[in-house]
Amino acid sequence: MTIEIFMQQLANGISIGSLYALLAIGYTMVYGILRLINFAHGDIFMMAAYFMVFSIINFKLPWYVAIVIVITASVALGVLLEKTAYKPLRDAPRMSIMISAIGASFLLENLATYLFTGVPKGFPDIKILTKSVSLGGVSLSIATLITPFVTLILLYVVLFITNKTKIGMAMRAVSKDFETAKLMGININKVISTTFIIGSSLAAIGAILWGSKYPSIYPIMGVMPGLKCFIAAVLGGIGNTTGAVLGGFILGMAEIMLVTFLPSLTGYRDAIAFIILIVVLLVKPTGLLGEKVTDKV
Amino acid sequence: MMDKLNNKKTKLYMNILLIALFAAIIILLDTDTIGDNYIRRVLNLSAIYTIVSLSMNLVNGFTGLFSLGQAGFMAIGAYTVAIFTVPLAERAKIFYVVPQNPVLAQIELPFAIALVLGGLLAALIAVLIGMPVLRLKSDYLAIATLGFSEIIRIILTNAKSISNGALGIKGIPQMPTMWVFFGVAILSVVLIWLLIDSSYGRAFKAIREDEIAAEAMGISLFKHKVMSFAIGAFFAGIGGGLLASLLATVDPKQFYFTVTYNFLLIIVLGGMGSISGTVIASFVVTAGLEVLRFFDDPLTLFGVTIPIFRPGFRMVIFSLLLMLLVLFFRNGLLGQKELSWNLIFDWFKRKSKRTGKGGTAQ
Repeated sequence: MTIEIFMQQLANGISIGSLYALLAIGYTMVYGILRLINFAHGDIFMMAAYFMVFSIINFKLPWYVAIVIVITASVALGVLLEKTAYKPLRDAPRMSIMISAIGASFLLENLATYLFTGVPKGFPDIKILTKSVSLGGVSLSIATLITPFVTLILLYVVLFITNKTKIGMAMRAVSKDFETAKLMGININKVISTTFIIGSSLAAIGAILWGSKYPSIYPIMGVMPGLKCFIAAVLGGIGNTTGAVLGGFILGMAEIMLVTFLPSLTGYRDAIAFIILIVVLLVKPTGLLGEKVTDKV
Repeated sequence: MMDKLNNKKTKLYMNILLIALFAAIIILLDTDTIGDNYIRRVLNLSAIYTIVSLSMNLVNGFTGLFSLGQAGFMAIGAYTVAIFTVPLAERAKIFYVVPQNPVLAQIELPFAIALVLGGLLAALIAVLIGMPVLRLKSDYLAIATLGFSEIIRIILTNAKSISNGALGIKGIPQMPTMWVFFGVAILSVVLIWLLIDSSYGRAFKAIREDEIAAEAMGISLFKHKVMSFAIGAFFAGIGGGLLASLLATVDPKQFYFTVTYNFLLIIVLGGMGSISGTVIASFVVTAGLEVLRFFDDPLTLFGVTIPIFRPGFRMVIFSLLLMLLVLFFRNGLLGQKELSWNLIFDWFKRKSKRTGKGGTAQ
């Protein structure tokens, strides 16, 4: 293997890792607050990709307008999901909420199959993202190049919101103790909606960058990234935003390195994440940056 | 009249009558006297779904663990039956792209042994997954089991010398009688009923209600969780083996993880923690999914083609049903109760009282 190929794969690994990181933030925040695996998160990501296809190819909008519309629509979808599927079950057993999450995810996938058919659609070619540049013999698309920076900037924004603003303080309080936060007068529903707004907008940005890299959009495209990103969140320490980004990077690198060094195992690429999950749960169940939680009686 | 029905002897007679009626229907169907192949196939499928749904209810409904691995465990059972029961002479024809593993190519087992072996293999794998995952909060079980059903599918697609890859295995010997499916289903219902009624079953329910309290009472959480998970996997594997024999062919696509959602719908509809509810719901949902097929065909009413009827509509309705059930009808048909004559009588009594009241009051 030449050094060029290695550098190329390294860049790929970093870029796919940062895409995983964007989705993982959404999982980790919702889990931190509701203790719920938001199974439908990957499907919001899928819907965002479809929104992008429609606004650019069918409505012929310029890309900068389309991005704004796609983010808004995904946020609306995320909040709608929370209000219809999760809010009515706030006091229900956890099993019911999980089933509702599964149901919502399955509904979005089936709706997409029904409305847009299962035939993959091509993602619009946004010149500013797909143009390739050559860096020291390594040719990369702009999307691959900017993804890690976008992720780091958004991570900074999310950290700023959670650590420096009033709603962020409320979020931290709710994730520490749901009941007490409620008694202290924190508007739980507003906090939860904000979490879904942040998560869905990151998923939408992730979908736009993902589409520029892998321009094939189909109804179950969100399933595998969704499962993997939840695992990335567990790897980084569930509930911890920085940990989620770290977990996403590690997972992305692990996948690409497997494909690079052991090409015969390419078919097993999707299995890596689950092996990582088992190892993390065996060795350090709290994840890399997670705090130890003790159950109160 | 209600009071007359309510004594023990009448109930016994009614049970015997019901069992005789059930046996008569199956015998008539089995001897080709009534029904056609389609009905027989749907009923056999319902029996298989009963086994797998019960296995899922044991884990999810009775023990309170959220497992989504049923499709994967079924795949293990189905492939075990497929690999070991296809006659040796036909192996080379099936494995024409990549030859079958030389060791496996020499082994042919009777159906019953392959079926049990498939169940045991599924249970073994469940123990291997359960060991690391079930020590922790059971949230991770959902992701780990979902991931496992995907990995099993990936392995089956790639390990061509064992599973014949994406081509699948065809020509699995079919069973001549419905009693194979119904016999195993009845046996499974009885075994799971006995298990739930034993001290282990009570421990499972205690864990579901309150883990900390159960642990304080001296129940080993880990041991019982792994046990419930493994027994669940065993029955799912048996169900998968029967499915392989019913369809006569297996391929990795049949065991996509969304198959598990069928069983999820069944146990939510029947009641999480109700055996009789699961049995009823298995037949209702399996038949219902067949009936819903007309949603996928274009429909023309009075010369107007209704535009919403096209492929994919059935699954939209299916997932909407699952959501509506869990949002508005969370206890399902029976909740955690079991169906009994008393329950039916009480239900009728309440109903007649309510209508009686409606007539006189106000």
